[in-house]
Amino acid sequence: MIELSHIQRTFQVGDQTVHALDDVSLDIDAGEYVSIMGPSGSGKSTLLNLIGLLDRASSGSYRLNGEDVTSLSDIEQARVRNSEIGFVFQMFHLVPRLTAAENVELPLVLAGMDSAQREPLVHRALQQLSMTDRMHHKPEQLSGGQRQRVAIARATVTGPKVLLADEPTGNLDHKSGQDVIRILEDLNDQGLTLIMVTHDPEMGGRARRRLHMMDGRLHHDSDEDSNDDSDDAA
Amino acid sequence: MIRTTLHSADVARFSWGALSGYPARTLLMLLAMAIGVSAVVVLTSLGEGARRYVTGEFASLGTNLVIVFPGRSETAGISPSTMMGETPRALTLDDAQALTRSHSVRRIAPINVGSSEVSHGARSREVVILGTSHEMLAVRHWKLAQGRFLPPNDLDTATPVAVIGSLIRDELFGAQRALGRWIRIGDRRFRVIGIMGSEGRSIGVDVQETIMIPVASAQQLFNTESLFRILVEAKTREGIEPVKRFIIDTLQQRHQGAKDVTVITQDAVLQTFDRILGALTFAVGGIAAISLAVAGILIMNVMLVAVSQRTSEIGLLKALGASPRQIIVLILAEALLLSLLGAAIGLVLGQLGSLLIRQAFPDLPAYAPHWAVATALLVALVTGLLFSLMPARQAARLDPVLALSRR
Repeated sequence: MIELSHIQRTFQVGDQTVHALDDVSLDIDAGEYVSIMGPSGSGKSTLLNLIGLLDRASSGSYRLNGEDVTSLSDIEQARVRNSEIGFVFQMFHLVPRLTAAENVELPLVLAGMDSAQREPLVHRALQQLSMTDRMHHKPEQLSGGQRQRVAIARATVTGPKVLLADEPTGNLDHKSGQDVIRILEDLNDQGLTLIMVTHDPEMGGRARRRLHMMDGRLHHDSDEDSNDDSDDAA
Repeated sequence: MIRTTLHSADVARFSWGALSGYPARTLLMLLAMAIGVSAVVVLTSLGEGARRYVTGEFASLGTNLVIVFPGRSETAGISPSTMMGETPRALTLDDAQALTRSHSVRRIAPINVGSSEVSHGARSREVVILGTSHEMLAVRHWKLAQGRFLPPNDLDTATPVAVIGSLIRDELFGAQRALGRWIRIGDRRFRVIGIMGSEGRSIGVDVQETIMIPVASAQQLFNTESLFRILVEAKTREGIEPVKRFIIDTLQQRHQGAKDVTVITQDAVLQTFDRILGALTFAVGGIAAISLAVAGILIMNVMLVAVSQRTSEIGLLKALGASPRQIIVLILAEALLLSLLGAAIGLVLGQLGSLLIRQAFPDLPAYAPHWAVATALLVALVTGLLFSLMPARQAARLDPVLALSRR
């Protein structure tokens, strides 16, 4: 489903060229549960952003669902992001002036969907995360765990195939963190491809497939498992 | 199923939310816009009021009017020499009579002016005396309050009758009946046959404070043959120019070829004033428009701050699948909403301001011209949008990765 081959991502810092990603090749099938671990600066977030089309590779090719997305225009990439990819951030990134429901609705608004069509989708996404009783609360009225639930509802409301989570538990206490991880794993059980960046070995160890990054390179891939539960995914 | 265009209702809702989410910023920008727009409205309404006031004053002099006065003057004004009557050759009643011999002339009214002691019983005062004729009433569009105007006699008939202004009546007669009574003007006696009301106020003359007598009587009273003015009314507006030429030719002939009169048309004076004041209004409006542009620049600055304030929000929108164009649309919609609101507030404030001016100076019809209101609104919207383009494009170019990682 995700096919990266010989991806290079370089930054120019002063007169030095920094290889944030150095010749990364990676295949991820639909329905996989992948964790990306490594020290900070190892390129794990860059890899996640690249998969999420928030960043462009300097060279190499990236195929998503068999389609080469490296050459897509900004508008087309935005459309793919909107419909195919869901993001969950460490900082939640909810819009503070909007209610939980309005935050969840945002991707559908950007997709140009009519409000009559949006409402059931928003409701279902919130229901799935047991947040319907808080749907009219502002983010400031919600706890960290609840905020992340709203953020997950927002990430899944468009029915994406891939969920990208960047340190989703980094800003939560242990209990809420466990809670959020379980929700993400439930979603993965339902067929959603889950890719999670974390520096916490305990969290990362839960994933069926674990990637270790070091200096922009894929250092270790626990690719010994056969992906048995990928059959029921689209 | 998925379209790239946003619903306008969603855009409006989102922009409104963004505006009300930052009340201080929004209020500041509304204030800037409102002050700009209201400045245009108030200043142009002042200018327009002055223009209309002056035009109205001239129109009250009478329509299709040509004014003849002795002495040559290059400019259409009153020089000291004409005031002093130091003219090479006087305008006479015969001259005035001669001016009626044209098909284009509807009527004429000669004017003689002097000042004299007027008394009734024990009361007396110094009054401006206008010697004129029956036609004067129609030429100047005056209205009588009581009685009759000067009788339609020949110009050289000196009848001892007087039409007095209402203020003179009050001062000489108090609450007593004035019509039919005799008053003394200088060393002669005149019978009061009419009273002028308040209708005849026009530049330079307040008929309420003058006394009008037949022109021949005035000539005797002041012992002079010469006239102060001859008012000539053309039959039509188009007739004004021919009448003017006719007057110049006729008087030149009568004065042995000397061009020693000045002929001005009310129209020309009116147009000149109209032009000057129109230009003034335009200039003042232009100055106000600059303040609008300043408001636009302010909007640009605040929008730039707004964009950097909301960096992570814009980054998030991008991550959620907003295209650069959608970001621009959202930011511009916010600016448009701001400008619209600010302009609307400014319009209300401006109209309120001109209302206050009208109440403080009832004579001044201080209404902002429609073109100024339209321009103010247009400039407000255009500057609001134009100056937000740069911040909007900057927002659209934001790198979502950087925007999201900022805390």
